[in-house]
Amino acid sequence: MPTSTGSDPQIAARQRWMGVLARAEDGALEAAWAGLAEPPEYRVLRPPETGLVMVRGRMGGTGNPFNMGEMSATRCAVQLEGGTVGIAWVAGRSARHAELAAAFDALLQQPARRDGLEETVIAPLESAERARREEDRANAASSRVEFFTMARGED
Amino acid sequence: MYVAVKGGEKAIEASHRLLEEARRGDPSVPEVSTRQIAEQLGLAVDRVMAEGSLYDRELAALAIKQAQGDLIEAVFLLRAYRTTLPRLGNSEPVDTARMAIRRRISATFKDIPGGQVLGPTYDYTHRLLDFRLAGEGGSGGKAAAPVERADVPAGEPMPRVADLLGHEGLIEEEAAPDAAGAPPTDITREPLRFPAGRDARLQTLARGDEGFLLALGYSSQRGFSNNHPFAGEIRYGTVAVEVVPEELGFAVEIGEIEVTEVQMVNQFMGSAGAPPQFTRGYGLVFGHQERKAMSMALVDRALRAAELDEAAVSPAQDEEFVLYHSDNVEASGFVQHLKLPHYVDFQSELELLRKLRAEFEAPPAEAAE
Repeated sequence: MPTSTGSDPQIAARQRWMGVLARAEDGALEAAWAGLAEPPEYRVLRPPETGLVMVRGRMGGTGNPFNMGEMSATRCAVQLEGGTVGIAWVAGRSARHAELAAAFDALLQQPARRDGLEETVIAPLESAERARREEDRANAASSRVEFFTMARGED
Repeated sequence: MYVAVKGGEKAIEASHRLLEEARRGDPSVPEVSTRQIAEQLGLAVDRVMAEGSLYDRELAALAIKQAQGDLIEAVFLLRAYRTTLPRLGNSEPVDTARMAIRRRISATFKDIPGGQVLGPTYDYTHRLLDFRLAGEGGSGGKAAAPVERADVPAGEPMPRVADLLGHEGLIEEEAAPDAAGAPPTDITREPLRFPAGRDARLQTLARGDEGFLLALGYSSQRGFSNNHPFAGEIRYGTVAVEVVPEELGFAVEIGEIEVTEVQMVNQFMGSAGAPPQFTRGYGLVFGHQERKAMSMALVDRALRAAELDEAAVSPAQDEEFVLYHSDNVEASGFVQHLKLPHYVDFQSELELLRKLRAEFEAPPAEAAE
């Protein structure tokens, strides 16, 4: 969940699903799209474009920003027949990932579709992600160590 | 002066073919895939991404394969590729306090909230060659026994050690971000200027050659600058990357990257303007690269000499020396350009020398009178 979440619940909801769509693993969105009962028509407003995002860090972790290095990213914008525009910015160079993420973003903005898609697409992606994180965390925790300092009493 | 030469097209073509053969090696041995490189030579991939200054595991793996494992050549390939891509934007600064931790240790405090987590590290290995890896089917074809997963309360926070230690004011606090929020210097867009800001220094160090920074950091420990460092915290894991697309006006997460962060804590005797305290050096690099991140933090601290009223007398404290020589693509280019034909150059130097030698050997004009 982005750190700079606004107070607008609609924006917060969109930030959440855009993040889930961006982090989805290879093929997951393709499968989800194939699973749609009625895949809608959409027009590509801005075809997938791969480029670079300059990643920034902060001095000492909390200070002023500095440029750390770039990462590859792909963006795309699509429009549904009704005019709704879907947008995607995803890490990596997969044009298909960006296009499908944009298409899902547009669909999720449709009140009639949202609940269904939340349930069938976003929730499963989120729970897969949660499981992945949980496994990583448990793995890391297995190597948690208690260091003892040995007191070497002279008396 | 370098004067261009022509010719040799056929020989160059043949050289390319020989290179391809050399890269492939014995054709009866299965070819390595970029996916295998990305999965099984992950630390090489990390180094190439960091010094290539481009986070993309697949591209770095391809570069390593193409460069036959020559990591500096692979860095060069990645740098060349990045020039073909447009800059889509800048990320929000990554928040390392919210890192999903794979490893996190502190050498200064043993009891830290969230604990010390060793994670995958070579630190406690015996450095004995493991011949099982050389056996048929690698590790015997068997996956390593799964680790026993610890049962830890979910969501236990792992605050940065440096943020905890501010107490007593004995450890220097990081300056709060400027409210004005001027964008940081980008050395890929503007030439380095001296004195460089810490932003330009950190960007240069983050993409700098690991070997060069390691040697400089080492020199600072051995007495060439007065560094007395402790590893306050080393953490490695994944952080979210967010951008604020213009068309949206709010932040969205585009994915996650692995980074290593190091906070060095250094003894400081104080100056006219600052009391005795621990000062800090910072390292942040792509991937799992502790040696590099530690070296970066040592050199970052050494380069803060002017700011802390220290005499800059050692190589690691010399900003121009460090920043101008840390980039291995530039260094390698300038050293290796010496291999290119310099025939005309050399001829003119030869002639000059012949003239000087003749003058040297000729009897002085006055004596001949």
